[in-house]
Amino acid sequence: MKKYTSTGNKDTRSGFGDGLLEAGKKNENVVALCADLTGSLKMDAFKNEFPDRFIQAGIAEANMIGLAAGLTIGGKIPFTGTFANFSTGRVYDQIRQSVAYSDKNVKIAASHAGLTLGEDGATHQILEDIGLMKMLPGMTVINPCDYNQTKAATIAVAEHHGPVYLRFGRPKVPVFMPENEKFEIGKAITLIEGSDVSIFATGHLVWEALKAAEELEAKGISAEVINIHTIKPLDDKAVIASVAKTKCVVTAEEHMRHGGLGDTIAQLLSRENPTPMEYVAVNDSFGESGTPEELMTKYGLDAANIVQSAEKVIKRK
Amino acid sequence: MADIAKLESIASQVRRDIVRMVHAVNSGHPGGSLGCADYFTALYNEVMNYSTNFNMDGKGEDLFFLSNGHISPVWYSTLARAGFFEVRELSTFRKLNTRLQGHPTTHEGLPGVRVASGSLGQGLSVALGAAISKKYNNDSGIVYTLHGDGELQEGQIWEAAMFATHNKIDNIISTIDFNNRQIDGDVSDVMDLGNLRAKWESFGWTVTEMNGNDMKSVINGLTHAKSLTGKGKPVMIIMKTEMGAGVDFMMGSHKWHGVAPNDEQLVDALSQLPETLGDY
Repeated sequence: MKKYTSTGNKDTRSGFGDGLLEAGKKNENVVALCADLTGSLKMDAFKNEFPDRFIQAGIAEANMIGLAAGLTIGGKIPFTGTFANFSTGRVYDQIRQSVAYSDKNVKIAASHAGLTLGEDGATHQILEDIGLMKMLPGMTVINPCDYNQTKAATIAVAEHHGPVYLRFGRPKVPVFMPENEKFEIGKAITLIEGSDVSIFATGHLVWEALKAAEELEAKGISAEVINIHTIKPLDDKAVIASVAKTKCVVTAEEHMRHGGLGDTIAQLLSRENPTPMEYVAVNDSFGESGTPEELMTKYGLDAANIVQSAEKVIKRK
Repeated sequence: MADIAKLESIASQVRRDIVRMVHAVNSGHPGGSLGCADYFTALYNEVMNYSTNFNMDGKGEDLFFLSNGHISPVWYSTLARAGFFEVRELSTFRKLNTRLQGHPTTHEGLPGVRVASGSLGQGLSVALGAAISKKYNNDSGIVYTLHGDGELQEGQIWEAAMFATHNKIDNIISTIDFNNRQIDGDVSDVMDLGNLRAKWESFGWTVTEMNGNDMKSVINGLTHAKSLTGKGKPVMIIMKTEMGAGVDFMMGSHKWHGVAPNDEQLVDALSQLPETLGDY
């Protein structure tokens, strides 16, 4: 089985910041807006390099989304930056009408998604954002797994025409994806090939899925781990091909069970190939204060739960 | 010099189009549309510089954003009469498969529309983004916006108002359709705007006023507003209008905000509005 090692811990938001700077160097039409969270979003490097192309929107997220929609008229490629909660729930109607329905080339960069935001607690820990964004017609939804992939995804979405929701997080997490690997929107990445169970993971849970696969191997179970960095459009072919081989599924995500990656895969499989599935996700609950590690353990978003879910779903085949 | 009589005759035809459009589908918003017919006519036939060969980016052109999207009939008629699309397409308003949706949208590719509107309060932010884009592109075009007075109850408007001043966005001319009517009654009863001029001035905008139902006043008001651009401040015109202007029985109350005339009322309305450019 292929093994992955971490080259060190880094936050995915730094991948965004570094990717944004590179996208800005590649294309002078790239502009960035931020709602008073420049440091948190790691947008300082872009701001310092391109002060004229950085727009401070203040604590006024609705206006920021509208500004971004307007900036596309005349050919700009705007990235908005704030926490995932304020990037989605707070401005849903602005995104719906001024961006998605109006087909504007806006990139919504959302940091501090999910429980790993940590101590600030549930007011800031959105677990519904993937669901909110994937329901919008024409919206691309991306949740990369580590620093390298987030950087690559940021560069890729700048080159993609159309509205994109790019979700990433706060904590420093293992870096294991290859550096400078081209990011292909909508193309799932098979990290480990296996035959007993398919584990489809996104974001921070991809590393947990890799750890789970090692534990499962020790138990004599061959797990296939697929990194679904793009939830919409889903790589249907990759999912269907993997499931044809393994005949059971575990999905893993730092998101509400309702509306997340698991739902997307279940909807595909219910149509194409009904398959036993287990979800590693938050079950109809808000988060709370705590360290990222404590929260991920308490809410069952870790390798141990992926292992248990895999063993359970294999029995349901 | 603007040909006021000619502009008034176009406005009359636009008003005929409005009442016929909403009558045909027994839905839509005639009141605010009629009140703003003179403003739209002036904007598209005298004030703005634009191409009817529509291009989303509109580089080198003046741009218009309708934030209170429910008065789509007046915009659709004006666009058609200005040559953006065939006048006969007005007959498809609000019908299945039309480009003339109940509220304006880019989704069906209607020439002249650059963003969807209808959910209120969003248009000023979008227009400011477009205005900044023009500055980035060294484009001297001016961005125009229209808002309802009731719409000012939306908080996003004031986020945008603050942003515009702080960033010295001075290539925008916004207008408020100040008819003091909204769905549930008079704006002053539903949620009073207080001293509207003082509000915008305190937010740092240059504020002017005009009578939106007097063509000469509209032309003078918009021309004056143009002269105020490029001076480091956004420009706001408070435009006094009468909801339903041009059709006597639709004036004087909020009741014709979103109600279509019946057959008899249509005949009555049309008798008050001379046909000038030919009905569709």
